This record gives sequence, C-alpha cells and structure tokens, in this order.
Amino acid sequence: MVAATQQEAPAPPTRRWRQSAAVGALATTLLIICVLALIGSPVLLPALAGALVTVIAALSRPRAEHKVWAEISSQETVRAGIQAIVSGVADPVVVLDSHGNVTMFNAQAKAALPQLGIGRHLSFAVRSPEVVSAVERVLREGTVAEAEFHEKVPVERSFEVRATPVRFDAASAGPPSASLEIVMLFRDVTAARRLERMRVDFVANASHELRTPLASLYGFIETIEGPAKNDPAAQARFLAIMREQARRMSRLIDDLLSLSRIELKEHVQPTEEVRLDSVLSEVIDTLTPLSLECRTKIEIEGMNRTQVTGDRDELIRVFENLIENAVKYGQSGGRVDVMLVDGERAVSVTVRDYGPGIAPEHLPRLTERFYRVDVADSRQKGGTGLGLALVKHILNRHKARLVVRSELGAGASFEVMFAKPAINEPA
Amino acid sequence: MAEHIVRAFDADLDALSRGVAELGGLAESMTTRAIEALVRQSPAMANEVIALDAKLDALQQELEEKAVLTIARRQPMAVDLRAVIAAIRVTHDLERIGDLAKNICKRVLAITGLVQAPKLVKGVEHLSQLVLTQLKDVLDAYVERNAEKALAVWEHDENIDALYTSLFRELLTYMMEDPRNIGVCAHLLFCAKNIERMGDHATNVAENVYYLVTGGKLLAERVKADTTSLEKPMSAQ
Repeated sequence: MVAATQQEAPAPPTRRWRQSAAVGALATTLLIICVLALIGSPVLLPALAGALVTVIAALSRPRAEHKVWAEISSQETVRAGIQAIVSGVADPVVVLDSHGNVTMFNAQAKAALPQLGIGRHLSFAVRSPEVVSAVERVLREGTVAEAEFHEKVPVERSFEVRATPVRFDAASAGPPSASLEIVMLFRDVTAARRLERMRVDFVANASHELRTPLASLYGFIETIEGPAKNDPAAQARFLAIMREQARRMSRLIDDLLSLSRIELKEHVQPTEEVRLDSVLSEVIDTLTPLSLECRTKIEIEGMNRTQVTGDRDELIRVFENLIENAVKYGQSGGRVDVMLVDGERAVSVTVRDYGPGIAPEHLPRLTERFYRVDVADSRQKGGTGLGLALVKHILNRHKARLVVRSELGAGASFEVMFAKPAINEPA
Repeated sequence: MAEHIVRAFDADLDALSRGVAELGGLAESMTTRAIEALVRQSPAMANEVIALDAKLDALQQELEEKAVLTIARRQPMAVDLRAVIAAIRVTHDLERIGDLAKNICKRVLAITGLVQAPKLVKGVEHLSQLVLTQLKDVLDAYVERNAEKALAVWEHDENIDALYTSLFRELLTYMMEDPRNIGVCAHLLFCAKNIERMGDHATNVAENVYYLVTGGKLLAERVKADTTSLEKPMSAQ
C-alpha cells in the first residue's frame, strides 16, 4: 500500500496542468459564444449559461479533488500503519467498523477463529453470546467492554476479550459516529483455566481411585502385624500382593499426571515432523518381552518411511497403549497385526487383535476415564483405566481420530487416522 | 454469491444469516452451561440457563419475522429463496435445542444433592460432548456454506445413537442394583434422551445447510444405531 502511494505521488501536478489547459479551451469557447450573443442571437443564451456553469465547475474542481485525494492517501497510509501494528501483536486482534463488520485482523486471530473474513460481521466467526453482546454494548455506549468466552469442543479453549472503541482519524470533521471503530483483543487464558480445573480433577480422581489399593495395603499390614506375625510363608505371599498393589498405585499416579500434562497443552498443536514407522518399530521392540510372555506374535505390515506432524514421545505413548492392550486383552488370539497405511487423504495405523472382542455397548465409551469393560480383568492385568483416555487426549491434540471396530468373538481393531492437510485448501 | 442490484437485499440476507449464527451461539452456550450445571450439580447455573430461554425465543421470533419480511419485500429466487427458507427452518431447530437445554436444567433442580456417585453423570457428559461437537460443526458449516461439512455431521449422528444405547443400559443396571437410584437415574435417562434429541436437531440443521448450498436433499435413510426403542425390558433376577 505504501509503495502504491509513492508511485502515484507525482500525478497531481500533471493532472492540474492538464485541467488548466482544458479550462483555457473552455474559456475561449465562452468568449466566442459571448461575442455571438452580443451580436444578438437569443437562441444562444441557454448555451451561454451552460458553458458558464461548466467553466465554474472546471475551475473549482482541481482544488477540491486534490484535497480529497490527499485525504485518502493520508488515510491509507494511516491504515497501512495500523495494519502493520495489528499484525505485530502476539495475541489475536480483530478490528471492526461501526456496524460490527471485520476490517482487519492478524494471523493469530485467523488461527483462533477460522471463519473470520474481511467485510463479514464478527458474529460469523464468534457466535458466543457474551462476545456478541460486548460488541453491541461498545457500539451503543461507546465505552470499553470486556467479556470471556469458552469453547468446550473439540478442545476446550477460553479467551478474555476486550473491546475498545477507537477513532483512527480524530482530525476529520465528519460526524463522530461514522469513524467509530472497535479494536478487539483476545487473550488466551486456556492454560490458566485448565490449571485451576486440573487441581480439582486430580484430587477427585486420585482420592477415589487410590482408596481401593490403599485399603487392601492397610488390611495386609494389619494381618502381618497380627495373625500372620509368625508365619513367614504367609508373610511372603502377602508382601508380594502388597508390592503389586503399591506398583498399581504408582502407575495410577503416573497416568493421572501424564493425563493432566497432556490436557494442559491439548489446545496447542505439535509442529515437529515424526517418522511414524520408526516410532512403531521402537514401540514393538519394547513390547517384545511382553508379547513373548503372552505367547502372542506381533505381525507388522507396510512399515515404509512415513511422516506425520506430531510429538514423538506422545505418539510412542499412543501406540504403546494400543499394542500393549491388544497383546494383553487379545492374547487368546495369539496374534496382533500392526498395519501402517499411507493413504491419499490420511495416514492410518491399525492395531488388530484376534481375542474375545468388545461388546458393542462398550465401544463408544472406551475412552472415558476409568471406564473398564471388565473391572476385575483390567485390574488383574495392571490396567489403570486411563490408557485409552490418554490416547484420546493425545490424538485430540494431534487432530487425529481413533476408530474402534469390534465384534464379540471376532477380535478388535483400533485405527488411528492422521488427516493429511488438503493441498488445494485456500490459505 | 453474486451481488444484487438492490444492495439492501444483500444486507437483508446477511443480517438473516448473522442472526441465525448468533441464535446458534446462544443455543450452544445454553447447552454447554446446562451440562455444566448437571455435572457440578449447581442450581444457580441451571436457573441462569432457564432465564436465557426467553431471550432465545424472542430472537427466534424476530428472525422469523425478518425472514417473512424479506420474502414479502424482495421475492427472492433460487439460492436466495433457499437461504431464507433454510434460515426459518434452522431457527426452529435451534429454538428446540434451547428448550431441551432448559428441560435438562429443570431436572438438575430436581436432582441436586441426590446424585451419589459421579460416575452416574459421567456418561451423560460424554454424550453431551459428542452432541456439542456436532452442533459446533453444523453451525460452522452454515456460516461457511459448506455442504461437505454438513454431510459429515449428518453421517456422524450414528455415534451419538450408539452411545445413547450404551448409557440407557448402564442406567438401567444402576436402577436394578439399588431401587433408591431409580429417581435420579430416571431423570438422568431423560437428560440423556434430551441430549440425543439435540443431536437429531443438529442433523436437521445439517440437512438444511446441504439444501441451502446445493438445492438437493439428503434423502437416504440414515443408519440408526439407537436400538433402545426396540429393546425388551430386562427382567429383574
């Protein structure tokens, strides 16, 4: 915009010169007509009047036009400056005109509110009633308004919004309401809100789930101190159970902590590139001892070089959980397939087992925290009830999908799909 | 969309779409808060949502009137006519979603303090997240005039039905375990049904967005995964 202004700058003098030439020509015509009129032809009188008007208009035009032109150019420079400032702000910023239509926004705003478009009303991008009424309040009263808006799905986000009325061209003498604009500043407070809630959730979950193993530990301690005081064989047996319970508690705490950590950053998408095939082979290597113990063979297919955008450690967690589950719960099938497919629209990894399968009523609920298909079986195999919840949250963060298919008696398959970015999508 | 010679016509259509988006925002917010009131067992929050319903109804009526006036004044054709008709239909569905949210809040007032185990409401919360996602996606599809997105919403309703069926069974089990749970679980069952109905309204909106953009209809029967109405009652053992 600035460049365009510089190019056009020399234009006005030329134009003015050309205009004065025109005025000269017109004046000459006028003179001729005057002479003719004086000679005494009344028919020419209207023509005389018309010419007079034209000359006056021509004489007054150059100055007025020049002034308007200068104003526009200075306004455009100002707007270009404002645009530069807006794009330089680290938080999402949106500028609205006096009708609530969007006139400017920065890249951060577009990322947070993908429906934003120049000339469209803000309500198309932010439907939250709190924000809509804040904008109405600013337009009505001309004072600063603040609002907070939350989004629950697909990932929870919270923003503090501050709408400030401004006048960019205070010097202009136009009606004040015409130049009123609104600067909306969005501040992402998701992390802070999450942290608050996480503490509450953690205490609630931890106290509830730790109570059972703690009660059993307590019972065994009492038994060892009392009835089994002089029975080393029973003591050894009890101590083994106690160790297992203690291990379960520490695993539970680990899982709860990692779940909280992932939830905290769920709204931030990962940016690094990860080799999915190397992630999978690493996971399978670490799970080989378990698979030998369970007499289950892990078959792999399609391990070609495949990249996705993601967090390596988190993806390892995902596939560790899925393959470990398949080996543990599907061990009666004796075989687990891991398939990597680099498709046209998505990269997908399928983990399939040939075990007892999952009843349909459980399928939609597998990713709920502490939801277990068979509580006793899960506890015995060392499950915390958090594995798939963890998987779901990590995949949410990666904008990937988990599809579970299963039939009783026919095994289960867990498919993870990473959507490929559309190639011809407008930026 | 091409510009019209009468620019006020464009302004009318724009204001209509904007109103629908704002109405949708209100319905979304009411639903989110109704579920929060249920999970947190907060009567104060429930009362707030109940009070919001009047605003939703007023906004819906205002929009309907605006739509009728647009037809009367501008006699829209083709995509413009579809935009107006779709707006009328969509506002109806959104208004019904608001009503269902209000009904959930009334039930929250009835069961506050009686819900013993948090696991009882966990399933209902999970169901609500699926429905809220559907609602958000379909409203985004409306704003973007995106038929493909609307189609995806229309197809995903199956997941909601499956989860509802699972919840239905779970709540039934709790009722059989302990008759003292029956009162609360019956209310929760209705809450779940309300949420499932919201999902159906979201698919209606999806059909209308598809109609608005393409002029076509999503006619084929969807696969129904909600089998609770066919289910025989379990006998107490």
